Amino acid sequence: MSTAAETPGLAVDIAGLHKSFGPVEVLRGIDMQVKRGEVVCIIGPSGSGKSTLLRCVNLLEEPTAGSVVVNEVELTDPDVDIDAARTKIGMVFQSFNLFSHLNVLNNITVAQIKVLKRGKAEAERTALANLERVGLTGRGTAMPSELSGGQQQRVAIARALSMNPDVMLFDEPTSALDPELVGDVLAVMRRLADEGMTMLVVTHEMQFAREVADRVLFMDGGVIVEEGLSEEVIGDPQEERTRAFLSRVLNPVHVNGPD
Amino acid sequence: MAMSKRKRARVVRGVQYGILVAVILVVALTANWTKIRTTFFDLEVAGDMFPEVITVGLFNTVVYTALGFGFGLGLALVLALMRLSVVRVNRWIAGIYIEFFRGLPALLVILAVGTGIPLAFGTFLDKYVALMIALGIVASAYMAETLRAGIQAVPRGQVEAARSLGMSPGRTMVTIVIPQAFKIILPPLTNELILLTKDSSLALFLGASVSEYELTQFGRVALNESRSLTPVLVAGICYLIITIPLSYLSRYLERRTGGRKLGTPESTEVKA
Ligand SMILES: Nc1ncnc2c1ncn2[C@@H]1O[C@H](COP(=O)(O)OP(=O)(O)O)[C@@H](O)[C@H]1O
Ligand SMILES: [Mg+2]
Repeated sequence: MSTAAETPGLAVDIAGLHKSFGPVEVLRGIDMQVKRGEVVCIIGPSGSGKSTLLRCVNLLEEPTAGSVVVNEVELTDPDVDIDAARTKIGMVFQSFNLFSHLNVLNNITVAQIKVLKRGKAEAERTALANLERVGLTGRGTAMPSELSGGQQQRVAIARALSMNPDVMLFDEPTSALDPELVGDVLAVMRRLADEGMTMLVVTHEMQFAREVADRVLFMDGGVIVEEGLSEEVIGDPQEERTRAFLSRVLNPVHVNGPD
Repeated sequence: MAMSKRKRARVVRGVQYGILVAVILVVALTANWTKIRTTFFDLEVAGDMFPEVITVGLFNTVVYTALGFGFGLGLALVLALMRLSVVRVNRWIAGIYIEFFRGLPALLVILAVGTGIPLAFGTFLDKYVALMIALGIVASAYMAETLRAGIQAVPRGQVEAARSLGMSPGRTMVTIVIPQAFKIILPPLTNELILLTKDSSLALFLGASVSEYELTQFGRVALNESRSLTPVLVAGICYLIITIPLSYLSRYLERRTGGRKLGTPESTEVKA
């Protein structure tokens, strides 16, 4: 598995990944690779281990077995400086997790200053540029509680981007949003993908996955059941479990289908 | 017989007002007002207390309390972090300290520090330093538990966001968790400050030079000289000047932070 560390051109290389919480094995042998600049969407039913897999990529969860290599750094090596490695891996959470005691600008500058040791002026310049990038110019002095969910999530994206990450992880970034706010966040993510950012996205937005992702992984029961080009997996799934899942999300009981 | 609920409530209220008015009338008619006034509030005696009751008494009460609170808060922070430490011995030590000093009367701690330390080490201990340490120890045992609860009340997602940005555990604690914890526990901390203001009166038992008198000692000396209760009343009013605004501040902060309840009944005033 250490050979994975030498494979060039890969942003993420996961091999033989297992994760248990106590007696419960949540990830049961995951192998996956993400190339630089690739956008990969992870879909699957609730509880299938999608978040856990994503959180293993920046070691927010410690894998029980297997190796995780991000940009040729093996994170599962106990000697690796995990804090330094994480600065290169941006993460966006379902619940935004903006620092509630800091205003928008300080949310974006705090890690730049304290972790990357950037000067205040440089950190603010970077922050303002990224605020503009997510369409929130001029909101720097707002507190997180004064923003809508969609705005908070875009600040969270700007915060992650300001560390200049090589890879961005998104864990259901629009699941906590009112439907009318989902579009703004997806638009930002779509632009990011177009700019060539390597992205790993857990999502239930099938249209986004189909249009933006290069590849889609379908997870169920802690394993990757099916993977392939996004049109193939979503448009013409081969596995029965994938088909059943997709028919549930694409034809929900309520009248309005996914946009 | 069938009185409506609202009508009955009005009758009950009327009866209560009636009783109150009757009691006030009886007291007002039977009391010897001149006697009461000279006993409780003799203007001359009160006048003699100024300005020293403020410049010495109130001043020293505030200084002792502030020193004790500052020292206690620092100590409490260390204890709270020890309580949350992954090292079991740290948790034990902090736990024993907290149980020990919460179980002792504040006066005993003050006597132990104020007279015990000079005796044991054969050194002179400045009054201000002695009270800073003693009041700090008393306050820290309560505040440590409040702080621990505050730290634990910071949502897990805040820590995860900080760690995902590359912050170390220590950096996360200092930059993200502790500031938010303080915001959460500001109301109980304000209450602790009120309790400590009152506990500072125990300094009286350490003996002090005139310039070191705090409010209670100042009032007691004046009481001995005047044979009127006025000094006690004046000292009491001075305490209330500190504690009532603090109490309002605490309630205001509590409302502003959404009245979040923490599992620390010891240091939080029981709400009726
Ligand atoms: N910290 C944890 N402790 C115990 N069980 C957990 C923990 N995190 C997740 N799980 C369990 O792991 C399973 C997969 O969770 P998760 O990765 O969040 O799934 P998904 O994101 O696909 O909905 C669930 O059954 C969940 O209850
Ligand atoms: Mg999830």
